[in-house]
Amino acid sequence: MREITYVEALNEALREEMRRDERVIILGEDVQLGYSGRGGLFLVTAELMKEFGAERVRDTPISEEGFVGAAIGAALTGLRPVVEIMYADFLLPCMNQIVNVAAKLRYSTGGQLKVPIVIRAMIGQGRGVGSDHSQVLIPWFMNVPGLKVVAPSTPYDAKGLLKSSIRDESPIMFFEPFLLYRTKGPVPEEEYLIPLGKADVKKKGKDVTLVAISTMVPRALSAAEKLEKEGISVEVIDPRTLIPLDKETILNSVKRTNRLVIAESSVKTCGVGAEISSMVVEEAFDYLDSPIKRVAAPHVPAPAAPTLEKLTIPDENDIIKAVKELVEG
Amino acid sequence: MVEIRRFEEKINEEYNKGLVPGLVHLYVGQEAVAVGVCANLTKDDYVVGTHRGHGLAIAKGVPLDKLAAEIMGKESGCCKGRGGSMRVAYLESGLLYSCPIVGTNLPLATGVGLSIKLRGTDQVAVSFFGDGASNTGDFHESLNLASVWKLPVVFVCENNSYAISVHIKKSTAVEDIYKRAVAYGIPGVIVDGNDVLAVYEAAQQAVQRARAKEGPTLIECKTYRTVGHGTTDPGTTYRSKEEVEEWKKRCPIKRFREYLVVNGVVSEEQLRQIEKEVEVRVEEAIRFAEQSPYPPPTALMDYVY
Repeated sequence: MREITYVEALNEALREEMRRDERVIILGEDVQLGYSGRGGLFLVTAELMKEFGAERVRDTPISEEGFVGAAIGAALTGLRPVVEIMYADFLLPCMNQIVNVAAKLRYSTGGQLKVPIVIRAMIGQGRGVGSDHSQVLIPWFMNVPGLKVVAPSTPYDAKGLLKSSIRDESPIMFFEPFLLYRTKGPVPEEEYLIPLGKADVKKKGKDVTLVAISTMVPRALSAAEKLEKEGISVEVIDPRTLIPLDKETILNSVKRTNRLVIAESSVKTCGVGAEISSMVVEEAFDYLDSPIKRVAAPHVPAPAAPTLEKLTIPDENDIIKAVKELVEG
Repeated sequence: MVEIRRFEEKINEEYNKGLVPGLVHLYVGQEAVAVGVCANLTKDDYVVGTHRGHGLAIAKGVPLDKLAAEIMGKESGCCKGRGGSMRVAYLESGLLYSCPIVGTNLPLATGVGLSIKLRGTDQVAVSFFGDGASNTGDFHESLNLASVWKLPVVFVCENNSYAISVHIKKSTAVEDIYKRAVAYGIPGVIVDGNDVLAVYEAAQQAVQRARAKEGPTLIECKTYRTVGHGTTDPGTTYRSKEEVEEWKKRCPIKRFREYLVVNGVVSEEQLRQIEKEVEVRVEEAIRFAEQSPYPPPTALMDYVY
């Protein structure tokens, strides 16, 4: 199978959905051309304006609250907007529209309205861009009923999940890490969709269940490979969507391995790992042979200095250490 | 306007009986704005309102019984009791949403305008908001975006001089909100918001401009709520009795009533007949709401996704 990058996979998903459905439009900063002259700061929207025109691929002013609110208004009345948020941190100026409006409209109107909008947000972590350009805000949105939260880790998943997200009737937060943008992976030429709410077992194993989120998935896989050589068999699960969460796949795995490690690059406090570990304690406590381990970022803003930033993103060794503590501890 | 006034008075009574959950903000005194603007709209045009949204709902054709039931949190309400007083929506008549976070509905109307533009219809989107909202980023971001994209949106500012209890002079750099249109290169119009015909005419021009794809307009309607901010506010601590009485003299209903009689459009007797009919309709709606059941506990999780 051909291999393409994560960015190319997203670009293909957008192109295919825009060809399929003329209600799909793109809004965002620099999405038409950007300074690359091709579209988007990171080329996710490359060449889309050329094909679909400036009416459907729209550059916005730098006013997230305004244009995200406008995208919601458009979604309520017949369009299916995909919004690009250049850095996930820029979601904060438009939290009001996302949390108070998009997430609530369907419920508060007794099901009259639906908000088919996808908000794509790039996680800037790992390129020294500092405290307000690097946050992994995934858990924030998991806390809001009404939103779905998607965080793919491979080009294959990115494409299939973005296409499904665009076709979904609920507002969707779609997180794309910069650290995975240039990674390559197999993506079929023919069309496919990946349903929301289905985890993927990225590697089978029997000793420890390792649930890895987004950026952490490739690191978890290489950790698992090394551990395999030392005789520790790790099952790596990528939930792919956090809301809805595929509890069943995680629980079934834990019931077999009896051990659980969760790896994410968000801050550990109230993180994805906190939610998943509580869920497992509530629903499968009797199956656990040891405490649950969380590998996550320390409680610190992202520093600009590379020596320090590195310490805020868990790596393969952090994961290996956590797994070994469980197995050998 | 009479229907709105009477409805609000009844809702206040229901609130005092403990039958209305949450916060309620009455539209008493401001009726001419919603009525004057909506008289230019069809049910295919979209409006978005605010926490003070009952008047707009009635003016945009939400049935009184569904509205009353919604305000009282009943399953028979237009939002099945999930939204309540501050979040009335009724798609069938084009009331998209009432958004109780100040300023928040302006970007929504802007996006509705974008959707109208891309779908190529001649609908318009109208946002109603208060003077307080004109200090939010949402106001400025929306006027800018609607202007840059030349969208069919009418922004209607209901300037009642108070953002809750704070007078406009203490909170807002300009006393006339319409002047803010200059910064976004769109027409800004000021009108007596207690004169329903004046509001109608100003809105007519703005709506025509929007339908002709000439872009957005900001209309400022100078008006006043002669009641408190919400049902828990007597409206007496931050303004003088004289000020309230002065505005009561300018009551939009009284003025339009006089106009109609003096100009021989309708007789005093006909007006009394209309008022009687309104009374019956409002009574029936309130009774319907009172007698309707609340949503059952089993329905808690419906409509989340």
